[in-house]
Amino acid sequence: MKTLVPIAATVIATSLPLSAAEINAKVTLKGTPPPAAVIAAVKADANCGKVAVGEAKSRVYVVGANGALANTVVYIKKGLEGKTFPAPTTKPEIDQKGCMYYPYVAAVMVGQKFDVKNSDPFMHNVNATPKVNKGFNFAQASQGQVNEKMFDKPELGVRLACNVHPWMITYVSVLENPFFAVTDETGAISIKGDLPDGKYTIEAFHQKAGTQVQEIEVRDGKATVDFTFDVKS
Amino acid sequence: MNTDRYRFLFALLTFLATLGLVCMGGLVTSKGVGMSVPDWPTSFGYNMFALPVNQWLHGGVFDEHTHRLWASSVGLLVVLLTRWMGGSPARKSLAMVGVVEIVAGIFLLRIGPEWRGGGAFLASIGAVVVLVAAIPGLRVPAGGVLPRLAWAAFLLVQVQGLLGGLRVVLDKALVGHVTLGTLFGLVHGCLGQTFFVLLGVIALLSSPWWARLPAHGYVAGRFEVRGLLLATGFVALQLVLGASMRHQHAGLAILDFPLAYGRWWPLTDPESVVRYNQVRMDESTVTAFQIQLQMLHRLGAVAAVVAILTMTVRVGRRFGWASSLGRGVVVWSGIALAQFTLGMMTIWTNKAADVATAHVAGGASLLCLGTALVLTARRLTMPISAGMESYRTPGLPRAVLQGTP
Repeated sequence: MKTLVPIAATVIATSLPLSAAEINAKVTLKGTPPPAAVIAAVKADANCGKVAVGEAKSRVYVVGANGALANTVVYIKKGLEGKTFPAPTTKPEIDQKGCMYYPYVAAVMVGQKFDVKNSDPFMHNVNATPKVNKGFNFAQASQGQVNEKMFDKPELGVRLACNVHPWMITYVSVLENPFFAVTDETGAISIKGDLPDGKYTIEAFHQKAGTQVQEIEVRDGKATVDFTFDVKS
Repeated sequence: MNTDRYRFLFALLTFLATLGLVCMGGLVTSKGVGMSVPDWPTSFGYNMFALPVNQWLHGGVFDEHTHRLWASSVGLLVVLLTRWMGGSPARKSLAMVGVVEIVAGIFLLRIGPEWRGGGAFLASIGAVVVLVAAIPGLRVPAGGVLPRLAWAAFLLVQVQGLLGGLRVVLDKALVGHVTLGTLFGLVHGCLGQTFFVLLGVIALLSSPWWARLPAHGYVAGRFEVRGLLLATGFVALQLVLGASMRHQHAGLAILDFPLAYGRWWPLTDPESVVRYNQVRMDESTVTAFQIQLQMLHRLGAVAAVVAILTMTVRVGRRFGWASSLGRGVVVWSGIALAQFTLGMMTIWTNKAADVATAHVAGGASLLCLGTALVLTARRLTMPISAGMESYRTPGLPRAVLQGTP
């Protein structure tokens, strides 16, 4: 009988009615991070120099107006236990263009497929070095080549790198539920979806600035939260 | 033809080629391009020796593929060296080893696709070994321990090649929390240095200079032998620490010198480590363990330099500054100071690939020269009547070997 209780609870939890909700968040950086360094190797490389778009710079901290922090993954960390979510059928794309990865930070759900594309007219290799998921390393020799990939366990900041051009790096966060977003230079995100009212733990994860956690309450389908990272250079 | 002299020159060539290989390997790790060719022993599906030039001359592929080709050349040189040092008796043994490797390689090829790389590698080596065994002539083996040392190099070069390949193929496999790529990379780095030292010893013991080196029976110099051994041990420890740091591919754990994050001993509590990572502008993220490892390497560097300088003074006074040993320790000290400077520059240039590679080569040279000095000091302090035969070069009269104190 005891063993039935958690099973019943799970069934009830997964069958709770979900409703349209919107969580708005703003991520700000306080302090002055070190200035972005120019990646001189891009222009210096015989192949990359021909296709480079503008001056390649380090994207460790991309800060917009009023300290708005880009490339931060904001996601619901707790409050959805016991619920299962199908992986979205949309396929995000990670592109290699001008010997840089676009986007620099991406997020997918566990089991969600994503494409890795080579837009450059020469070879890159794509070397994923996760700590929890299974890694991979393959070459993309031709322009326009697309390979479909997927991670099956939650993990923040899985690094994908090209070792042919070792400055090329991108990060993919793999999340348990579909309630996540990545900030752009406005630092703002909006997480929309079928989410019941209630209390949740929401986390902001930046590859360098670290993580911040806040408790939020979604009421009438709305919640707002601000994150401020303090970086002392 | 003076066979001994040509044999020494060939050993020297193999030794110098290995120094180049150590540098090439250091460059691959320093640039972080080791995984730019995802397969092995093929390169992008091609036979390693048939990779189109336009694919070879491409970013990090150039460094990694050149390292592979260079390693193959060194492998061939070592097999030839084994044949030459071993003389006629080595032919049968080499042929047997070659055949066993071919059979084992074919067996692995048939097990399954995951063993195909190792199988092809083993079978190819076996074929090369059999061909070298078939070389006629070169009948007289080298004297003393040289044939055995050559066989040790023969074994090491194959293990080293296999490790280098498995480091690529099994890069993602986990042992606990460590990937086999990291583990094999570390062992590959350390074994490379050991292999380099072994070839240095072979070149030394096969040299005409060594054959002429007299045994003085300087019993009073035994302390110096032990001291040189200890200082060389410090260098070896430093190389292991350095390889551990490099093969974690974590970038520089500490970015400033002589201070460490503004202190003589950095804080390594979780909050401090988060703060350090926040202000790093490279892509790496360091851990407390990596910071402590670099601090240990810094302390080890001071200990090694102090030990080397101390032994230089002791050896210079005991054996004379103009003696071979005296001149050797002066060069050793010079390399040690240069190596210390390169270590500082590695930090100040944020691990520039050329500087970091020079630091690797400096470490290898220090270890190799240290070993040569230990052997030389040991020979000079060896009682004249004992153990001389094992070092004797055939054809050289005993009287010359013993010399005059």
